Parts: sequence; C-alpha cells; structure tokens
Amino acid sequence: MTLSVHVKHSFPAFTLDASFEAPPGITVLFGRSGSGKTTLVNAVAGLLRPEQGRVAVNGWELFDTGARRWLPPHKRRLGYIFQEGRLFPHLNVRQNLMYGRWFAPRDAPRAEFGRVVDLLGIGALLDRRPGALSGGEKQRVAIGRALLAAPRLLLADEPLAALDEARKAEILPYFERLRDEVAIPILFVSHSAAEVARLATTVVALEAGRVTRAGPAAEVLADPAVTPLGARAAGAVLEAVVLRHAEDGLTELGAGGLTLVVPRLDAAPGTAMRLRIAAHDVILSREAPVGLSALNILPGTIQDIRSGDGPGALVSLDTAAGRVLARITRRSAQAMGLEPGQVCHAVVKSVAVAPDDVGGGPGMSGLRGPGSA
Amino acid sequence: MDWLGPEETQALLLSLRVSLWATLLGLPLAVFVAYALARWRFPGHALLNGLVHLPLILPPVVTGYLLLLTFGTKGPVGAVLQDWGIVLAFRWTGAALAAGIMAFPLLVRAIRLSIEAVDPKLEQAAGTLGASRLMVFLTVTLPLILPGIVAGGILGFAKAMGEFGATITFVSNIPGQTRTLPSAIYAFLQVPGGDAAAFRLVLVAVAVAMAALLLSEWVGRRVARRVAGQ
Repeated sequence: MTLSVHVKHSFPAFTLDASFEAPPGITVLFGRSGSGKTTLVNAVAGLLRPEQGRVAVNGWELFDTGARRWLPPHKRRLGYIFQEGRLFPHLNVRQNLMYGRWFAPRDAPRAEFGRVVDLLGIGALLDRRPGALSGGEKQRVAIGRALLAAPRLLLADEPLAALDEARKAEILPYFERLRDEVAIPILFVSHSAAEVARLATTVVALEAGRVTRAGPAAEVLADPAVTPLGARAAGAVLEAVVLRHAEDGLTELGAGGLTLVVPRLDAAPGTAMRLRIAAHDVILSREAPVGLSALNILPGTIQDIRSGDGPGALVSLDTAAGRVLARITRRSAQAMGLEPGQVCHAVVKSVAVAPDDVGGGPGMSGLRGPGSA
Repeated sequence: MDWLGPEETQALLLSLRVSLWATLLGLPLAVFVAYALARWRFPGHALLNGLVHLPLILPPVVTGYLLLLTFGTKGPVGAVLQDWGIVLAFRWTGAALAAGIMAFPLLVRAIRLSIEAVDPKLEQAAGTLGASRLMVFLTVTLPLILPGIVAGGILGFAKAMGEFGATITFVSNIPGQTRTLPSAIYAFLQVPGGDAAAFRLVLVAVAVAMAALLLSEWVGRRVARRVAGQ
C-alpha cells in the first residue's frame, strides 16, 4: 500500500508544489505553520482542488489533472481526523461512529465495530453526546469514526494540537496502535518534533510549500538540514533493543553494538524500542570523557557542522548506534576546533524511549538518564 | 366552543386551515431559499434577498393588489392555473397564498440565521466520511437547523393567522370562503351590535398568538438542547 502525492497550487501569497511517495505506516508531514501541510492534506481529501497534480493510493487515483479525473471528497474513501474532532453534535457517540459506515460500500473491508471501540477504549462512551465528552475522548471518537468509514487512507491534521500534554499522552499510544495494527496508510500532519519522532515511519519535511526532505524517519530526523522548527527542536531517533534489566534498577538497551542505559523499562528483553535524543541533551567531548557522571557516551565521527545566524551550531555525529545530533554553541565548536571527519564523543544527558513495534505501551516521557549532568 | 357563534367558529377554523397550509407549503421553499441565500454566491443574490423581504416592507394592500394582478383569473399566472382547474382568486386557497407570501420573509429569516450558525466544517467532515451533498444536508444540516425551522414555522403561522391587508385585497371577505379571523373582526366592527362578537374573536386571536409564542419557545428550547449535543 503506497501513497503517491503530487500537488501544485498557487495562492496569492504562496505556492504549494510538493511531491512525495510514502510506504505503509505513518507518513508525517512536518513543518512550521504556514508551510502548506494542511493545504496538502486538504488537496488529498478533495477539500481543495489544486491547479495541477495527481494523488493515488495504491494505484487508485483520487485525482489526476492530466487525465481530468477528479473524485469529490465523498467518493475518496478517506478517514479524515480533524484537529478539532468535528463530531456531529446532534448524534451520540455510537451514531457518530457509525456515520461513515452508512455510506461505505457494502463490499468494503470493514473494521469490526467492537474491535475499534476496544482499541480506542470508548466502550463506556457509546450512549453519550459529544457535548458531554472531554477533549481527549472526543478525539478518540473522531479517530474511531474515521476508521469505521472503511477508509483506504487515514488523514490526520494535527489531531493532538488542541489538547494539553496529559491528553496528548492519552491519544499518542492509540496512533501507535493504528500504525502497528491497522494496515491503512496514515498521512499525519504535525509540527511537533516529539510527535514525529515517536510516530513517523516516513517523514516529509515541508518548507514554504516545498518538500525539503522525504524519507525514513530515522534518516530524515537525523539530518541537520531538516530543522523546520530551528535547531531547538532537532533530535535524532535511534532504533534499539532491550538487552537486560540490571539489579540496580536500570535497563540496558543495545543499539548497533553500543549499550545505552535508561531507568527501568517495563518491557521484556528483545523488545524493539525507539529512542529519541534531543540535540540540546547532547554534550560533545573530543577525548573519551573520564570522571563524568553520565553513563551514556557514544563515540562517533563528526559528519557535519551547521550554524545559522544565531550563536548555536548543530553537529551531527555518526555513531555505531546511528546518527546523533548535538546542539552546542558556535564558540565551543571553534574553541574545540571541531571539523567533519574528527572522532568525537557524544555525552547523552537524557533519552526518551517509546516502544517501536508493539503499541499500547507507556507514554514516551522525557526520562532523564541516570546520573544526568 | 359554545361561547363562539357559528360565524365566529367558521372564521377561526378557516384561519387555522389557511395558516396551516400557508406554513406547511411555505416551509420547504423557505428552507431552500434560506440555504441558497446563506451558502451560495450567485448572480441575483441581492435581488432574491430583496424579493423575499418585499412583503415585509410593502404595504400589505400593495402585496394583495399585486397578487390579484398576477393570480387573478385574468392575470398571467392565474389564467394558466385556471386552465388546469386551479382558481385562487376569492377562494380560501388564495387566502392561503396571501398568508404564505406575507409569512415567507419571517420563515426565511429564522431559517437562514440557523443555517449560518451551522459550522460548514461539520458538513465538510460528513463529506469526507462518504456522504454526498444531499446526504450531508439531510443528515447533518437539516437536523442542526431544526430549531430554526420550528421557530420560523411557528412565527410564520402566527403571522399568517393575523394576515389581513393582502388577504382582503386579493380574495375579499367572503363568509365561509375567505373570511379569516382578522377579516371577521373587521366585518363585525362594521355592523351595529357586532362589538361583542368582535371582542370574542379578539380574545381568541390573543390566545392563539400567546399559545404559538409559548409553544415555539418550548419546542425551540428542547430541540436546541438536543442539537447542542447535551
């Protein structure tokens, strides 16, 4: 199941010209507000009619200006999860969930009602009205409503942006479950680096209506050129496996032959995990550091150093575990004489951990590494 | 209703029949026109809006006279209708037409306001879930504007009950045929000793108006609660 998008449309102040291909899983459109993310999703949904372009889901064309093909939104078989939920206020939760099913073709592969309700934990809400739901509950119902419409593609336009941190933590695991348990590709709009790191299979970075980078999440996020939100939000994603739980309450993770230590995780040895290391949580050292409280030290080679107008610089380091980003000041980069090709050590102050393949795990909280600096 | 004389009862029942038909037939058209005015941009938008509101600001006599010119047996529309066996002039059906046209602006205004209050984003969401435009209207827009339709309908019904000027000009004041409640009150006041009958009908008019008002508030509140999702 692949998604192929090519859209070109001119607005008075801005031109959208974006193309990308996405494999199964969650494809995150990532970029700051005004970069054209929502416009692009609306074009896929048919809420905007672009001047030029073609969008196809697994070869099934939603529109193709070249072939003069245009399906109206209601014939596209999409599930669109909006930022504000948009539940129908005059219907109860059950009727909201069933709404899309009334219009789905009889022979469409249907998600089983009970399974979706279980997946989203909304069984107790079925007879309530949307007015009596919390923000997080509304959004879970909205996800269910989209899923039950038997869609070929799920669209989610910043579905978490209107929620506070606690509610976000409540919803995120459900999207992980969708990614891992439901075979429908998901196009997900976000401007949050943490969400992207946690959810994305593929990342499409947008800037001023253009795709600046597209590819597998780990690759794109570790590219210092892709900092749509500035170096502040930069961070690298590493794949790791739980090795063992030590007696002192720590869990050891293996990544590319290197060992990382985090506070005890509730996961069996062998479980695949996704680590996010924010660039501002990494310190660099030319020598192998000694006498330091930090436990996670990754040796590597400097691949690239980038600096903008500000005092900061973003250094990317190739380690055996994967690419790690470090945000340091230009002054220290100069004082240390850092250059590409040099061997360097990344001292990691904090690692965020989330389960990679198995959904429904604990939220990806910003676990501070033991003995943090 | 023993305390009402036969003529008075006749006028009341006729008024109820005329107003009911005027409202029932006016509502679907009013919903369509209100939707067009609220949601569509087309050439002639302002003209249509003006036309709909005309009966509200024209002297009712003028509206009645224009109706007579158009729908009278010699009028351009009336002549055609007569060929099909439909006669409006000096019939209760004509009274219903006059009442309907006078009530129409009130129907449209109430319904248009409620349509403008419906978030188009909800209709968009319904579209992405597979509902065609007609189904979006039937399953989302229509239920959500129900309070406006009910309020407009009751207001329009009350207006139709009280319609006098256009009715008497268009269909005259024929007992049993076009003598509605207001026409009857007017007629009783023209004859010596008719004051008592006129006063009884005035009481009826006040009671009907109050009942309509209270009913519309009650239904409106109920439907609004339902639609607000609580």
